[in-house]
Amino acid sequence: MHEHEDPLRDLLVILRHAPHGSSWLKEGLDAALVAAAFGQRVSLLFMGEGVTALMPGQGPGALEQKGTAATLEMLEMYDIETLLVDAQALSALGLSADELMLDVDPVSAEALAEALAAHRLVLTF
Amino acid sequence: MRYAILLMGAPYSHQASHSALRFARALVARGHCLEAVFFYHDGVHNASRLAAPPQDEPHLVDAWADLSREHGVSLQVCIAAALRRGLLDEREAARHGKEGNSVAAPFELTGLGQLIDLGTRCDRLVTFGP
Repeated sequence: MHEHEDPLRDLLVILRHAPHGSSWLKEGLDAALVAAAFGQRVSLLFMGEGVTALMPGQGPGALEQKGTAATLEMLEMYDIETLLVDAQALSALGLSADELMLDVDPVSAEALAEALAAHRLVLTF
Repeated sequence: MRYAILLMGAPYSHQASHSALRFARALVARGHCLEAVFFYHDGVHNASRLAAPPQDEPHLVDAWADLSREHGVSLQVCIAAALRRGLLDEREAARHGKEGNSVAAPFELTGLGQLIDLGTRCDRLVTFGP
């Protein structure tokens, strides 16, 4: 995690849903982007199936939805650079951090509580 | 303490709306300040003034409106989540050329920035979802 003068960051958005099949991921990312646009220091935590949002090479999907890959590529522009990934979910799905589309920090199950406590506000999608 | 609620479950489909309403009533009964309920994701359906549940079931939409009138709780609905689900107030209905409208006061269509603002200003933001 990045170092700041204030030990607490403003907002942690937890994303638990895969990119296709529901609007949870899209609406969670929208909340993160709006918070960042309002000057909040935002981190993302991909948990469970949410880690599949970071798989490279995604198209918009068969349901004529825009998909979320383009939004993820914009995160850096919004200064959302702390991207945490549930390490246990990654290994359960047979994935590794270095094959994901963005640079992420894998977090062990033990360290998750610490990650949550490091933020003033947590929103779960 | 100053509270806000984030509700993301559709009424009658999931327990989330019922639980959120009971929590809201418990807060004000205990003398806490419930500043606002923010409706997002499928929670925006709680704002539909056209909801007509059977008479022997709780009327969630009316219950939110009563809570707002009795305790000054602001009812804020995410406009982006609402519009794509067919929840429009008079102004948005006119803007999109729709004949009817489905959202009326005390519910108000507003932006996600309001949710972030509530999360920042209130002591607690409690989420209810499916």
